[in-house]
Amino acid sequence: MSGSLQTLSDFLQCLIVGLRLGSVYALVALGYTMVYGIIRLINFAHGDFIMVGGYTLFFTIPAMLAVNDKLPIWLAVIVAIAVCALVGVTVELVAYRPVRKKGTNMTALITAIAMSLFLENLAQAIPAIGPNYKIMRRMFSNKAVLNFLNISLDWTTLLTILIGASVMIGLQLFVKKTKLGRAMRAVSEDKQASVLVGINVNRTIIITFAIGSGLAAVAALMYFAQYSTIMTTSGTMLGLKAFVAAVLGGIGIIPGAMLGGLVIGLVESFTTGYISSSLADAFVFLILIIVLIIKPAGILGKNVGEKV
Amino acid sequence: MLRVENLHVSYGAVKAIKGISLKVNDGEIVSLIGANGAGKTTVLHTITGLVQPEDGIIEYNEINLQAVAPNKIVTLGLAHVPEGRHVFTQMTVTENLLMGAHYRKDRNKIEGDLEVVYESFPRLKERSRQFAGTLSGGEQQMLAMGRAMMSKPKLVVMDEPSMGLSPLLVKEVFNIIKTMHDNGITVLLVEQNAKMALSISDRAYVLETGKITMSGNASDLLLDERIKKAYLGA
Repeated sequence: MSGSLQTLSDFLQCLIVGLRLGSVYALVALGYTMVYGIIRLINFAHGDFIMVGGYTLFFTIPAMLAVNDKLPIWLAVIVAIAVCALVGVTVELVAYRPVRKKGTNMTALITAIAMSLFLENLAQAIPAIGPNYKIMRRMFSNKAVLNFLNISLDWTTLLTILIGASVMIGLQLFVKKTKLGRAMRAVSEDKQASVLVGINVNRTIIITFAIGSGLAAVAALMYFAQYSTIMTTSGTMLGLKAFVAAVLGGIGIIPGAMLGGLVIGLVESFTTGYISSSLADAFVFLILIIVLIIKPAGILGKNVGEKV
Repeated sequence: MLRVENLHVSYGAVKAIKGISLKVNDGEIVSLIGANGAGKTTVLHTITGLVQPEDGIIEYNEINLQAVAPNKIVTLGLAHVPEGRHVFTQMTVTENLLMGAHYRKDRNKIEGDLEVVYESFPRLKERSRQFAGTLSGGEQQMLAMGRAMMSKPKLVVMDEPSMGLSPLLVKEVFNIIKTMHDNGITVLLVEQNAKMALSISDRAYVLETGKITMSGNASDLLLDERIKKAYLGA
């Protein structure tokens, strides 16, 4: 194979891996951005929702296959989405809402950090989970879809990208075109006006938490299909990078989270491929710093002052 | 139609409203005038449930509004056009108007009502796909009023609709209020522009630091020496 062809295939390989990583980051970033958009809170526990989703898959898939080994994996994903949504809504109802009523933004932020630590330690305290890592069962086939010009594309990667893309398109349509989506946008912009037109603000916030947390379960499927070890802190770094993605794209802006996620995924993949894998995370944060210096509101964010 | 009795409202230790009573009869335009900080906005916020009163009665068509969830009040036919318009700036003009009809279940009629609002506000129609944040102050005011109309109200409370608008636009806004009234909508209007407000109202109340100091027919108040001196700049 000639040198230039090799260069091209290296590039495409990095692109594919970047899109796969980016899809995962984007879905997690959406959870941060939707919740931030509606209650102006950075939900630091969001990364741990991925861990919750991961363990739900870890326990559900074998249980399901024990009942009937013909049952499809997506059934377990639905269980994981439901569990994550329930955890997200519970955290909102039990912790965030009471604090929001009484405290300041800072108390809410501290509460979010507390919820993150609480979920991690609670998971560790469950005997079936414990402090050690576990190996996830393979969820998608690792057979190659395509092996061409030294580029390998396996089913896990292809499905991750496809699921990510369809979830993002679906969410965008939901938010733009449906009545509930409009209500979510209304509440995130102006709670007082939302009440006046008859929107149940608290219910809309709960639905937002449910959707954002549900997305974390889908992200868990995509993430753990690739990296099969799971432990209680599995969501931490992924959550942090997805948070960076959300800020990079413009926090509170849904297309911003998608864009930010893809950018972070691609930066990580190309840094790994062309420079060094140990520098990948450093580059991710470097990009964040550069973007925030040039455009503090993020790539798609509008630099507007607080309305008075 | 609307009856407020002995209303008291406090923000923490500050007493904003100190026992006011007022009523709005079916088919009237009633103004609540007063200086900045007199408590006019607080009265409206208390009526539509955005602020909880300490004491007092608020009844709308014999319904105790304090027992109604704030987001359900619009479903009773009581719409609130808030001070500072509060349009959804990141939504298009059409989406803003549809938000006005958010609670309505008669989906097949909403499309027709949208056309009716656009007929009353041709300028909004031209900008139907623009984001509301790109509109001028006058257009945003019209949008806020159009949004209220989309909720099919029987009573509209309006908070400073003329604020920050040029004299020409103020006239236009007041003409719209009159048109809404001609179409059978009862109006409770809060204004600093006392002259304009009194000129279209049936009755008016004067609010000063949380108390009603005068009330009566708008035409009588327009001629009252004290009102002239304090609010009409004559």
